Amino acid sequence: MSDGIVPRRRFLSRAAAAASALLLSGCDRLSRSEWFPRVLGLAENWNRRAAQAIAPRKAMAQEFAESDRSPSFRSNGTADPGTADYHAMVANGFAEFRLAVAGLVGQPRFFTLAELRALPGRTQITRHDCVEGWSAIAKWKGVQLSAILDAVKPAANARYVMFYCADPMEADGTDFYYESIDMDDAYHPQTILAYEMNDAALPVANGAPLRLRVERQLGYKHAKYVTAIALVDGFGNIAGGKGGYWEDNGYQWYAGI
Amino acid sequence: MPQDAAPASPALGYLYYRHRLPVRAMHWINVVAVTIMFMSGLAIFNAHSRLYWGKSSYDGTPPLLTIGSRPDGKGGLIGYAEMLGHEFDTTGLLGATQAADGRWVRAAFPGWITIPGMKWLSMARSWHFFFAWIFVLNGIAFVLYSIVSRHLARDLAPTAEDLKGVGASIRDHLRFRHPAGEAARRYNVLQKLAYLVVIFVLLPLVILMGLAMSPWLNSLYPGWVDFFGGRQAARTIHFIAAWMLVGFVLIHVFEVVVTGLWNNLRSMLTGHYRVTPEPVDE
Repeated sequence: MSDGIVPRRRFLSRAAAAASALLLSGCDRLSRSEWFPRVLGLAENWNRRAAQAIAPRKAMAQEFAESDRSPSFRSNGTADPGTADYHAMVANGFAEFRLAVAGLVGQPRFFTLAELRALPGRTQITRHDCVEGWSAIAKWKGVQLSAILDAVKPAANARYVMFYCADPMEADGTDFYYESIDMDDAYHPQTILAYEMNDAALPVANGAPLRLRVERQLGYKHAKYVTAIALVDGFGNIAGGKGGYWEDNGYQWYAGI
Repeated sequence: MPQDAAPASPALGYLYYRHRLPVRAMHWINVVAVTIMFMSGLAIFNAHSRLYWGKSSYDGTPPLLTIGSRPDGKGGLIGYAEMLGHEFDTTGLLGATQAADGRWVRAAFPGWITIPGMKWLSMARSWHFFFAWIFVLNGIAFVLYSIVSRHLARDLAPTAEDLKGVGASIRDHLRFRHPAGEAARRYNVLQKLAYLVVIFVLLPLVILMGLAMSPWLNSLYPGWVDFFGGRQAARTIHFIAAWMLVGFVLIHVFEVVVTGLWNNLRSMLTGHYRVTPEPVDE
């Protein structure tokens, strides 16, 4: 009974090594295929539906104590949009800044920062969870997105809010960052366009003069350097068609997990 | 473990129907799902190869674990792991590894143990979340089946007599002596306890800590994640629990090999386990 053991063991260890190499290269080939990522991508909808069934759409994100705030709030992604237009706005303290709100709205218009500050706002100490895995806590003050929407009278067929940003993602100054959220998130009380972080004007590194806070989703949804908002009934024809810069690069549109 | 004894033959013993089809099927589905989740999980970890305790990563205290790399001054890289203030040189294994062509690769966990085998966070997340569904649904199905079919009560729950023999069973395992003959038809007490801890403690914990990392699910009852130490603590527990599962798998596979690889494999593939008067020598 023991004659076959040594060759059998050698065969087994070789088979295991071959199988794992096959498994890995097989997985990488699947990752690069056209069809397999689409199958994996089905889970995004399951995640969204399950998460929304478990935690109601109006549930509030956890808010923290002053003492929980991170000593310094990390800047990730763009730290400075680097364009001449943006630097000109920084130079005069965003006095010329206007937030454009357009698309499927009854009254498209521009808002100055002073006008946004005059609208109903909210202050919240929340945790920012990056898709990479880290978290940081900061205090944000901003105008509630619902207040902006109320002012421009959304059309009945508006389904998403698009956020267009001042930071180009390509070195040649093209491919500007953008994001999108649905109307439920848009009207959530904690969804704000923040103009202050930790009791001071929002720093350039964190998205001055306006950044989206859409608590309950991962960091890449929180668009920085927001300069324009548009209400749309779909985003399939916008940029890469996936609803955001990172979404166009393979990340999930629903970033609640 | 239903009985279905084939005609006995004194020399070779007899085949005993040990694992029913649903258990076999769910076992192998779990093997695939857990393997993919572990390897894609390491790829996700690589996107930020530090672990912390607490609500956030940046609360003024240093990370518990950092895996990183730095130049060695000779054109290569040094890989290191820093745990609780102690640094270990992990070049070639963690932080920095050399590809077959001599090129240095910076990654906390090397490509041969991650899915995908390179820096590609969005794809790793896609794998992880898809197989998370298979893993969780399969796990729920297993628990329900085990209760309804009495697999749990009959085969997994230790009897009072089992528990009295824990000490003896530990001594036997340490000497690699395993139940033979008729006694091998049943799970031994350490085996039962190991399976129960994995099924009802480790796997639920790893799932719960995964869900605790979801900012959306955090809003279910704001603050519930702090019960486990906060979101970054949940990430750390998720990581540790995943490696404890690897520890279980290594012991499990070791025991499978030393108690008769082919007999055990056959019983988990076809259901049939050969009961012999002597220990199976393979």
